[in-house]
Amino acid sequence: MPKLQQKPVPLGSLHKGAKAEIVGLDETGIKTTLRKGELERRLIEMGLVEGTEVEILHEGFPKRDPIAVRAGTSTVALRRAEADAILVHKLSEPQR
Amino acid sequence: MKKKRLSPKVALVGNPNCGKTALFNALTGSRQKVANYAGVTVERKEGLFISPAGTKVKLVDLPGTYSLRARSPDEEVTRDVVLGKMEDEAVPDAIICVADATNLRLNLRLVLEMKKLGLPIILALNMMDEAEKLGMAVDASELSAALGVPVVPTIAIRKEGIQGLVNQIDRTLPIAEVEGLIPHHGACEWTEPSSHDLRDYHREVEAILAQAISKPARPHTATHRLDKLLLHPAAGLFILFALLFFVFQAVFSWAAWPMDLIDGGIGLLTEAINSLLPDGALKSLIVDGVIAGVGSVVIFLPQILVLFLFIQLLEDSGYMARAAFLLDKMMGGVGLHGRAFIPLLSSFACAVPGIMAARTIENRADRIATIMIAPLMTCSARLPVYTLIIAAFVPNQNVMGGWIGLPGLVMFGLYAAGILSALLVALLLKQTILKGAREPLLMELPAYRLPRPRNVALGLYDRAKAFLTRAGTTIFALMIIVWFLGTFPAAPLDATEPAINYSIAGMIGHALEPILAPIGFNWQIAMALVPGMAAREVAVGVLGTIYALSDSGDALQSSLASVLAQSWSLPTALSLLAWFVFAPQCMATLGVVKRELNSWLWPFIMFFFLTTLAYVASFATFRAATAFFGG
Repeated sequence: MPKLQQKPVPLGSLHKGAKAEIVGLDETGIKTTLRKGELERRLIEMGLVEGTEVEILHEGFPKRDPIAVRAGTSTVALRRAEADAILVHKLSEPQR
Repeated sequence: MKKKRLSPKVALVGNPNCGKTALFNALTGSRQKVANYAGVTVERKEGLFISPAGTKVKLVDLPGTYSLRARSPDEEVTRDVVLGKMEDEAVPDAIICVADATNLRLNLRLVLEMKKLGLPIILALNMMDEAEKLGMAVDASELSAALGVPVVPTIAIRKEGIQGLVNQIDRTLPIAEVEGLIPHHGACEWTEPSSHDLRDYHREVEAILAQAISKPARPHTATHRLDKLLLHPAAGLFILFALLFFVFQAVFSWAAWPMDLIDGGIGLLTEAINSLLPDGALKSLIVDGVIAGVGSVVIFLPQILVLFLFIQLLEDSGYMARAAFLLDKMMGGVGLHGRAFIPLLSSFACAVPGIMAARTIENRADRIATIMIAPLMTCSARLPVYTLIIAAFVPNQNVMGGWIGLPGLVMFGLYAAGILSALLVALLLKQTILKGAREPLLMELPAYRLPRPRNVALGLYDRAKAFLTRAGTTIFALMIIVWFLGTFPAAPLDATEPAINYSIAGMIGHALEPILAPIGFNWQIAMALVPGMAAREVAVGVLGTIYALSDSGDALQSSLASVLAQSWSLPTALSLLAWFVFAPQCMATLGVVKRELNSWLWPFIMFFFLTTLAYVASFATFRAATAFFGG
């Protein structure tokens, strides 16, 4: 699949059906109860690590939050607020 | 190791949803016992099995985890046990890592972390049948070579591959025993991994997978299709609420006949003892104290089992994580975590298991908020009180075009009042003393699986045993205290009032009366509230005693209802209903809050705010009803 753009965007900004590749994790600026560095480590432990292809499978209600993301063979649910710590290159836009 | 161990200990470790418990059940069958770890309330599941070589092996099922960096009390147990830091718990002689073959990435990362412990490891490649169905080809020997640990393919739910696993345990354990001469087997090299280490683990996993998997699994299309419906913002939520409604109906209707059966049994037992023993203190203790008291709690066993049956089915099928997903945003509106859903649902049966279920919430503030509102979910122990007062004061007529009965509507209103006030309290707590962002959701949505009857049955058996043990110990002791308070000192010979009036409970009731008069409670109600501390439903029995009735169970309720209808005013009855929506007096709940949060502060706060809420609600209800209906 051709990459549509090269500028990384936060995963939390994508819509249902979008596919992307994780290019970086950056938890600075994310409001969280966790100590520094913890969110990043948890994301990696859940398989949300650089190089992984992800797809937004489902969106919650209301405000399309949280989201269910396919990452490899597993599906992970997370809130958009924390998904913003995951930087991705979009691979394909959702078909509308 | 200095200690000579007769039976080696093997620990099961794995991600959540890898089929670890099913494997545990397949290995140990019913030879398992559930207890608590010393000092913490995490369940410790241990079982026994005899290996082909004749070794008696102790198997410990550790809480599921993604990493050894413990994030919740459950995961701390897993870490402490495998590191040998847990008190009264020897380091395991070997570890079986359980991995879902269809979802190896996250599982293998944990295996790599476990390898650092220096303990002998066996990898059980679970759910191999499913992997084959998804067209996956995984080479166990390649995987074993790449990981450097023995790998055994298993299908826990069909006992297939179990033989291979126990054979491997026999091969692994003698090595462990020899190495066991050196303390800690191999040296433990585990330290908390940094994000850099975690990335390295992942790269290693990718390399291993590339080597061992010749054909990757197709995606779970069935799960994806089901989720399209079940996670749909509109249809999914509708199905969730319909399901909850169904569970509710079932808890009350399916449990009805076994409850009648238990009630009848208690009645027969009481009669038998009545005719066998002479009148006196001993008979009174056994009949009024033990049988009536413990019986009134045991009678809720069917309801608790029906509720846990559904919880177990929802959990085993993988739906529970979806419910948390669907409700996360809405519950977030009052500051609650999506995972709070399970504890709150359980609290409709009894707040005690509900509060214990709040352990899955990692963040302490989120967990405390959930625990504090759990008693506001109307537990089944409040039902007898509701039923009694509704029968006495609410006319049995249909409203809304004849579709809905008025008693049912009032019952629904009482449940709704509990839920609404819980949401308000949560909002208030999260805005004040438990301020702060919610902990992240980060939760795997496992593939849907058909629950296995055997696993469900074993889970229910554990619940029943735990509940009956509690009834046989804590509640038993409380009932004897309540009986004592209600019996001594005995009534004088020329007594004109019921005997309980002269007892300590009676004195307490009279002492409380002035405080409770503004909310419309007479001394009889005040008195009933005292033993109601031990178990709320006992209040019904006490009212019966006070109003000089000797019947028990349904007979008591119907006749007591007519007595109450004549002696109480409607505002008093409504006020008592309002009181029980908040019902602060349950020692078992306060006790479990103390145990779970390991502090006396929170049970104290809980008692104080629930009492305040109950008093304010009753006062408002009593005044409004008096103004509206007249006193």
